[in-house]
Amino acid sequence: MPLKYHIHSAPVSNRFPKITKSGVIAWEEGCLKCARCVKKDCVYKVYEKRDLDGRQMLDSLDSVCMDCFRCVQGCPNRLIQKGMNPTYKTLGDRYWTPEIITDLWFQAETGRIPVSGAGYGGPFSGIGFDAMWTDMSEIVRPTRDGIHGREYISTTVDLGRKLMMLDFDGTGEMISVPPPLVEIPLPIIFDLLPWSPPRERIIRSMLKAAKILGTFLIVRASDLEPDLIPYVSNIMLHLDRQLDSVDRNLIGTSRMIEVPYNEDVLSLQRAIKEINPSVVTVIRVSLDPGSSARVLDLTRAGAEVIHLCADEQGLEKAKEPLFIKDRMKEIHLRLVENGVRDQITLLAGGGIAMAEHMAKLIICGADALTIDIPLLVAMECRVCRRCKTGIACPVELEKIDPVWGSERIMNLMAGWHNQLLEILGAMGMREVRRLRGEMGRAMFFEDLEREVFAAMGKRS
Amino acid sequence: MANEIHNFAFPEVQMSPSRFRHALSRHRITISKSCTNCGQCITLCPYHVYETGSKHPQVTFEHLCIGFACSRNDFFCVRRCPEKAIKVGLNPSFEILGDKRWPADLLSSTWHMAETGNIPHSSLNYKTGDSGGGFDRIRFIFPPDGASKISKSEISTAIELNRSDDSRPRVTIPIPLYLGGMSFGSVSIVTMLSRVRAAAALGTFCCTGEGGYPEELMPYDDNIITQVATGLFGVREETIKRVRIVEFKYAQGAKPGLGGHLLGDKVTPRVAAMREAVPGSALFSPFPFHSVYSVEDHKKHVDWIKETNRRALVSVKVSTPTDVDMVAVGSYFAGAHIVQLDGSYGGTGAAPDIAKKNIAMPIEYAVPKVHKFLVEEGIRDNITIIASGGIRTAYDMAKIIAMGANGVCLGTADLVALECIRCHHCESGRGCARGIATTDEELTGLMGLEWGTQRIINMYLAWRSQLINILSRLGMKNVNELVGRFDVIAHLDHLKGRDIHGELV
Repeated sequence: MPLKYHIHSAPVSNRFPKITKSGVIAWEEGCLKCARCVKKDCVYKVYEKRDLDGRQMLDSLDSVCMDCFRCVQGCPNRLIQKGMNPTYKTLGDRYWTPEIITDLWFQAETGRIPVSGAGYGGPFSGIGFDAMWTDMSEIVRPTRDGIHGREYISTTVDLGRKLMMLDFDGTGEMISVPPPLVEIPLPIIFDLLPWSPPRERIIRSMLKAAKILGTFLIVRASDLEPDLIPYVSNIMLHLDRQLDSVDRNLIGTSRMIEVPYNEDVLSLQRAIKEINPSVVTVIRVSLDPGSSARVLDLTRAGAEVIHLCADEQGLEKAKEPLFIKDRMKEIHLRLVENGVRDQITLLAGGGIAMAEHMAKLIICGADALTIDIPLLVAMECRVCRRCKTGIACPVELEKIDPVWGSERIMNLMAGWHNQLLEILGAMGMREVRRLRGEMGRAMFFEDLEREVFAAMGKRS
Repeated sequence: MANEIHNFAFPEVQMSPSRFRHALSRHRITISKSCTNCGQCITLCPYHVYETGSKHPQVTFEHLCIGFACSRNDFFCVRRCPEKAIKVGLNPSFEILGDKRWPADLLSSTWHMAETGNIPHSSLNYKTGDSGGGFDRIRFIFPPDGASKISKSEISTAIELNRSDDSRPRVTIPIPLYLGGMSFGSVSIVTMLSRVRAAAALGTFCCTGEGGYPEELMPYDDNIITQVATGLFGVREETIKRVRIVEFKYAQGAKPGLGGHLLGDKVTPRVAAMREAVPGSALFSPFPFHSVYSVEDHKKHVDWIKETNRRALVSVKVSTPTDVDMVAVGSYFAGAHIVQLDGSYGGTGAAPDIAKKNIAMPIEYAVPKVHKFLVEEGIRDNITIIASGGIRTAYDMAKIIAMGANGVCLGTADLVALECIRCHHCESGRGCARGIATTDEELTGLMGLEWGTQRIINMYLAWRSQLINILSRLGMKNVNELVGRFDVIAHLDHLKGRDIHGELV
């Protein structure tokens, strides 16, 4: 059995006060001065632990209150109310919702997966990843107990081109030359950031985390300062300049190099391979309606890894864009139909905001995925995007201590890893490689709606 | 027997107001200093919102106020107050109450039913939530007025749980519902007993969950379903022999494919003794049954129970994977009398959020799939389908029956009747701050047994009268006629100009 992959996590405190969904508003005027005030009876001792912040609007926006409403219902003169926190509502946007952002904060702070009581309280379904459910095993198929560690579930994936057969000469010697393969223990790679305040410290945080986790951070060649060279085995070098202008030593020691797509991309791949035959090259392509044809051509022409990029909301570039999961399904199935799916590795990213998105995108055909914004959120980013216009970051991301930043990212990844184990365990899978393209082990909203609801209301 | 059940004497509604000082309400009423305490408002209000006070009237039952909708009435206190001292506004706390599945309206209307045994007279939506899909987009098609009306006293809501032709007893319940498993440990003994006593009074059943059979339950043996789950906590030959129905829990909708987890804080000495475990240490139920990896193994399980208790019916509680229809067929051939399908939006004391939201399908998809498959297999009439996991209202219950279930199993609705506000913190610290899902002694003391029992009885009596109303509008004399009637319901997103004859409710 392989050495068990485990991500160390430990609580890492916040630098800024938490933004909670609601707060307690308590008036003094009209107080009857009861002998036994309801505030004294608080089960969570909210009023004893009050942590007031003058800058925040509501009286007490403490994260200790658990919304039991007993003080609201108990105060004789109804002087205590709960109120929605207006700042909470303005976090993020329609895709990066306040719920997602606070959930990521919780994981980065604690390293724990979100657990709660009572049934699911959200919408029936939704756009994108919320329009599918994953399968579970029951009675006739065993599940796997991954989360409590009694069975080993592997989350390792291989990146690179794979041979479909081996050739041997008359003497039995193998004449096939297997292409280089890189193994990562978690199907996640850290992507270029869509925006951020000055990123020197941010890159160093992400890189430290990538190193400990055993994965890669994509770094632009132009961002590569000398002090980052020791991390080269965890850097996927993104060639944002001419090959000639990059240090040959760096090309020679890199394990993975990413090149943006253009017509001559495969000749660039050959040029890189001449310098370093053991490097795995990745072709970065924006997702659009022509992606499946392009991926098929590139696969046939010898590409090793293709990185498909959607926008921040998980949408492709098109007038009526498809969501990343739907386009990936099409790409995956096209490669399967043409009998070439197993030759190529597909990375996909854009709009990956929660652990469940990782599992769902792999089901829809990605081998591994790339994430960006969640890494910033782990370091307390509020997805306000003010940095895009040069306004100061409200949480001073440019000033973070890289050790603190890397610990926050490690915690988040520990949470995501455990949640992936939950999904795999419930499906009875022992490794994430088997999850790729398993659309039969998922349930899609549009299929179920058509099958179940469309026929209703018809008179027989 | 059927006749006996038809004449079943249901308990009476008894008013059971909130156990907290103020019930939570949508409206906020304030009386200003200019009030002369003339008492006009007390006399006017037919909803008894006000009571006499020494300086000015007391706003005692604010939650019974119908708010702005009242302005069209003669008795609108705000207008009729001679001093213009009364103001009605919205309660800001109401905005943060509830969630998409159980919005504030649904919580408040459930509290109202538990208090009064009636549907709310105000404009609260007591039929659907805000989830935007499933039940919340499905409506009944009631024939145009006068087309069919059945006298309500003629309507039967009873269902038979043993539909097989084996030699085991018939078990008929006068309402198409029973109460699902919540273990001692996950809820307090008062909550557990309230549910069991309410089930007994209503002539139906309540399941013990996986946490043993506390001796306080013994007077109600005939109304108890005992559960055998993967941890086998508290399972004894003696308890299996006591009951009329034994339930195998293979999976739970809220955390399908994952085991149970009772946090160490909740494992008090009593809970530990009941489960034969160590106080203070967390308890895991493994997943799955490590003795079951095939339908044949499953049959051995069922046979084991049938041998141990020769009069018991066997129920199999499963979750809703892609092949839920095959699981149901397998359960039938293994000899189960009841298959309980637990949908993915069902309740739990604690589960990972990722599981609650993403794993397995909602009950609205699973029941029609299973019903249709069992019909095709020709065995639908020989097994009882019970739907659970996401049934919140009488309307949900009626809709899922129209989609192919024989009856439903409830849990969360009971807790809401006991004034759960769905804060989702059942699992933290000392447990439920409202004294429902806790084993903390002080918190358990927040609720009385008589009150708890009556609240649940009141709510289900209100559900029954709504069900009777629905059946009457549909021209049906018996709830069994509603099973699998996809023609009497419609999904709003799939109507697309279809000819609907009748009113969508």
